[in-house]
Amino acid sequence: MLSPSPERLPRALPPDSTEPGHSPWSDAWHRLRRNRLAVAGGLVVAGMILLCLVGPLFAQSYQDQQLDLGATPPGAAHWLGTDTLGRDLFSRILYGGRISIAVGLIATFVALVIGVSYGAIAGFVGGKLDTVMMRIVDILYALPFTIFVILLMVFFGQNIFLLFFAIGAVEWLTMARIVRGQVLSVKRMEFIEAAHALGLSRARIIFRHVIPNVLGPVIVYTTLTIPAVMLLEAFLSFLGLGVQAPMSSWGVLIKYGADDMEEFWWLLVFPGVVFSLTLFSLNFLGDGLRDALDVRSSKD
Amino acid sequence: MLRFIGRRLLEAIPVMFIIITGTFFMQRFVPGGPFTSEKAVAPEVQRNLDAYYHLSDPLWKQYRDYLWDLTPKTFHPLALRDGLDLKAAFGIDFRPSFKYNRSVNEIIAYKLPASLELGGWSLFVALGVGLPLGILAAVRHNSWLDYFCSSVAMTGICVPTFVLGPLLVLAFAIHLHWFNASGWNSPIDRVLPCLTLGSVYAAYIARLTRGGFLEVLNQDYIRTARAKGATETRVIFRHALRGGLLPVVSFLGPAVAGILTGSFVIETIFQIPGLGREFVTSAFNRDYTLVLGTVILYAGMIVSLNLVVDVVQVWLNPKLRFE
Repeated sequence: MLSPSPERLPRALPPDSTEPGHSPWSDAWHRLRRNRLAVAGGLVVAGMILLCLVGPLFAQSYQDQQLDLGATPPGAAHWLGTDTLGRDLFSRILYGGRISIAVGLIATFVALVIGVSYGAIAGFVGGKLDTVMMRIVDILYALPFTIFVILLMVFFGQNIFLLFFAIGAVEWLTMARIVRGQVLSVKRMEFIEAAHALGLSRARIIFRHVIPNVLGPVIVYTTLTIPAVMLLEAFLSFLGLGVQAPMSSWGVLIKYGADDMEEFWWLLVFPGVVFSLTLFSLNFLGDGLRDALDVRSSKD
Repeated sequence: MLRFIGRRLLEAIPVMFIIITGTFFMQRFVPGGPFTSEKAVAPEVQRNLDAYYHLSDPLWKQYRDYLWDLTPKTFHPLALRDGLDLKAAFGIDFRPSFKYNRSVNEIIAYKLPASLELGGWSLFVALGVGLPLGILAAVRHNSWLDYFCSSVAMTGICVPTFVLGPLLVLAFAIHLHWFNASGWNSPIDRVLPCLTLGSVYAAYIARLTRGGFLEVLNQDYIRTARAKGATETRVIFRHALRGGLLPVVSFLGPAVAGILTGSFVIETIFQIPGLGREFVTSAFNRDYTLVLGTVILYAGMIVSLNLVVDVVQVWLNPKLRFE
């Protein structure tokens, strides 16, 4: 036993080969996949989107009224029952989901565009402009925005484009703060200095080095903004200020379900469950992304 | 500390100013008015109405006069004991309503108490349920109790009030007959609405408390306290509580704002005669003065509670005092 068997020895690497590199993104993807709740959340969200997009092609029309049928409990013909006008609840939920998800995505996109550009400008330029811009955000933060959204929706009629804009205009503030804080901290890091020293162009530094490092918190916060936006839309719809008939959203369905729940429980329970389940999944996905991308709770 | 409070008070003034100005002019520039209806009004009646409500003055003059009426002129807080009369107490006049034959001050005095009670009890539920759940989850970190508390909290966040409220009514009022489905008469009528409105914030508070405590419990000074032989109860309540509550305190500002606006929906579900429902109706009615009055009142409450929260936060966290 003077010399260990050759298998025990660490095998010398051929000089030209190296370990395959792990980018931070592939690490994050790996961590995310191990988080079962986040994966389940992601699958439910993907399934829900797919169902709402494709489902209506096969389901009964959400507008077809069968007045003589009236409200029927869940059964073989109508899986989730029908509403008081004899419309199939399952198809109504699928169609409502299209609107709810669309509002969630588009209004979040509006918030994303405003918040990221505002925060990035404040962070990059810095100095007096930054101070002024962030003071404005502070003041806006103190405004009771939900009240203003309600007033806007009442005064200007329930226009769906106004809805996107109004909700987006409320949700961009936090995004702006997060992006600005992130840009400020990344700007001062050594690797940016190194990039400057290497003589890289300003555009290349911004797009290749700053933006990828700001992206993590933005992705996480975006995922968490979508359920918040959908909730606000449903809140407005419940007050009769959101999406108008014949269009419907999950919030509208819940409102009508709540009106008729004494006799027809399914009209409230199914839309409520589908809506809550979606919010659930989005939140789990967002939390999972936060852990995977290792974003510390960004409080400025 | 006094300078800090003074500065925050000064900052609240532009916020209130923006709110009042924004609401005033937004209402005036949208189509429709309080007297828009199918029934035509005789021109002389319309003239008298316009004169009564000062609608014939130029807009800037109406705005200036309105601001003047709003400015507090007296200070007799003791007058509030005989009812919520803001005019007697502070000289704040919200003017007569356009739709009801009463002044906005009277409507507020009549409707606000129910809303305040709803909000107050909901906040109580939020803290009373959220704090213990969060502390339990943190102290028994990664045990089944932790998972249980965390999933209860997640459920509370994801089931919106307007789903939870009707479901509770369905279960406890319609099927079990424990409570009335709606109304605001006996104390038992407070249970379901306050539980519904408080639940979401209880859930957030539980999550924040758990996070805050987990961070604090890992600190060196907690280990020192344990090493010196402090009992677990003493460690939690005497040493960890103050630091662990910080995230909760900073959340209280948004929570209060959310409870106030959330009450619009709760008051609709449970048919509570509060100011939140009145606000939504008044916006539909284009009741200029009532909209302004309620917006100013709600905004004032939110702004001043935010101020209180900021002060408490600085008091709790010595690190903030130097910034």
